[in-house]
Amino acid sequence: MSQTVFAPWENPDEKPLIRFQNVTKRFGEFTAIDDLTLDIYAQEFFALLGPSGCGKTTMMRMLAGFETVTEGRIELAGQDIGHVPPNERAVNMMFQSYALFPHLSVWENIAFGLKRDKKSKGEIEARVEEMLKLVRLEKFARRKPHQISGGQRQRVALARSLAKAPKLLLLDEPLGALDKKLRQETQFELMDIQETTGTTFVIVTHDQEEAMTVASRVAVMDEGLIVQVATPAAIYEYPNSVYVADFIGDVNIIEGQVSPSGDGEYALTWNEGQSPIEAASQTVFSEGQKAHLAIRPEKIRISTEKPEDAVNAMQGKVLDIAYLGNLSTYHVELPGGQIIKAQTANTRRLARRDITWEDPVWISWSATAGVMLEQ
Amino acid sequence: MKRMSWFNVTSLTLGFAFLYLPMVVLVIYSFNSSKLVTVWAGFSTKWYGELFQNEAFLDAAWVTIKVAVVSSTFATVLGTMAAYVLVRGGRFMGRTLFSGMIYAPLVMPEVITGLSLLLLFIGIGLDRGVLTIVLAHTTFSMCYVSVVVSSRLVSFDRSLEEAALDLGSTPWEAFRLVTLPIIAPAVISGWLLAFTLSLDDLVIASFTSGPSATTLPIKIFSAVRLGVSPEINALSTIMILIVTVGVVTASLVSKQSAIRAQKDARAAERAD
Repeated sequence: MSQTVFAPWENPDEKPLIRFQNVTKRFGEFTAIDDLTLDIYAQEFFALLGPSGCGKTTMMRMLAGFETVTEGRIELAGQDIGHVPPNERAVNMMFQSYALFPHLSVWENIAFGLKRDKKSKGEIEARVEEMLKLVRLEKFARRKPHQISGGQRQRVALARSLAKAPKLLLLDEPLGALDKKLRQETQFELMDIQETTGTTFVIVTHDQEEAMTVASRVAVMDEGLIVQVATPAAIYEYPNSVYVADFIGDVNIIEGQVSPSGDGEYALTWNEGQSPIEAASQTVFSEGQKAHLAIRPEKIRISTEKPEDAVNAMQGKVLDIAYLGNLSTYHVELPGGQIIKAQTANTRRLARRDITWEDPVWISWSATAGVMLEQ
Repeated sequence: MKRMSWFNVTSLTLGFAFLYLPMVVLVIYSFNSSKLVTVWAGFSTKWYGELFQNEAFLDAAWVTIKVAVVSSTFATVLGTMAAYVLVRGGRFMGRTLFSGMIYAPLVMPEVITGLSLLLLFIGIGLDRGVLTIVLAHTTFSMCYVSVVVSSRLVSFDRSLEEAALDLGSTPWEAFRLVTLPIIAPAVISGWLLAFTLSLDDLVIASFTSGPSATTLPIKIFSAVRLGVSPEINALSTIMILIVTVGVVTASLVSKQSAIRAQKDARAAERAD
């Protein structure tokens, strides 16, 4: 039995729900969004990821209607929404501060949007009850926002923004105010709710782990530009630039000069006196071109003996060990002064005692472990 | 409780005596049975009785209250609107000039405000009476309301309004259903401030009142020029009483809401 994978972005016939077409947004002299084009499909859980000031919040506010587009157009289900005021858009937003109305009860907060639609009393009551059940807050319906906990407030905000069954739900750093444990639980809850309701979610976050966990696709942004849009796995395993590789997770970057050594195989000369690194690459490099090899620490093996079968192996000295409980990261200094991070899972209860500070060790990796990047 | 040092006791006594001794004297003499204000001749409440027979005073009191209620209401509406535009309107041409101009009457000498209003009313041929006093009081008290309301609006979380818009309310609905209820305490205290300002204003009212309408402060002032009568003492005592009740009520209400908020916050902590 073949299961269909949810990947509408790979289907050329699929119409996007949201289309940013050469969108530019300027605040005076400052360009927040620079000629940006992006498609987001129905039922996606799309994450806009980037450091603060990269323009991700501006994109979200343009979708909600709080900011106007300077140039270009934004389409929602094929219609230009550039000049539609926020109260007439089938888009709802969950605010970073939650923005719950302090003078209204939980029940009234959730009913607020439904009442604006002039729905009948019975309809409103049924929908509010349904929403309260969805976020498991039936018992707190009569409380005021300041009488419930932070996690509960977050769920009220979610219920309120979902109550009108919007085509698109925007989430602005929705879990930023929660502590780590609660945040992780809530991430799964969000994914469940997204799946149950079938709503398209666009989430803005600076937390890469959060984006990786919840999103179907992630857009990594930098200074008003989208650097890469791909699934979390593709972003992690096949970053298209050093910026993305560095932003998502931990990475070793080795700079050098390339010379082709066969079909999709290259030798990277990176340090005098060291043998070149062998690496496979799908992108084509020419002789003598500068390249960056990005390797994740967990793809590098660390051993006390020289590994027999490894394509790339080099000796170094342990500089630092970071014990994280489930993992240990070794910082290994090579003779050239370069520091390479290698990570191993602590599968046994006692951390490996055979490697310690100042020990000479061998690190090794295969030809396909890393990604060669032009910039 | 810690005993206070003699220095603190002395300064407290002196300070409060300075503030309240004149009023205490006034209150005591309002119960004097003698017609001579400065000679004590035994306890009596007859001046209160006579006060309530005095048509002129009652009329003036009625005018004062009418003027205070109407002008403070107008001032509250206008002042809130001005505050909203100045805080929320973003950067429009001449914003700084406008906000400066709104607050200028705060420091303008009342004599000048009164005189300019008088000239205006004469110029447009408006007969001086209740209407002109109301207009004048609205003019000078709306800037106080605007100050009070805008200080609340500055700390107001803008995303609450955006959330209301996002959920489908028109800008007016967002203001009426979200902004106004939340800033209501500031609007109410702005109204109370305007009300008290109007109640005890003498200077501006004396410029803008006419023979048909006199406010209580004008009445008292002109009566005192002919000599202080025990009736005036009685009237002043009543005014002190009204103001005291108002102030005490307002502080009790705000204290209670603070206590309630604290209790709620504690409940929320337990729920966490």
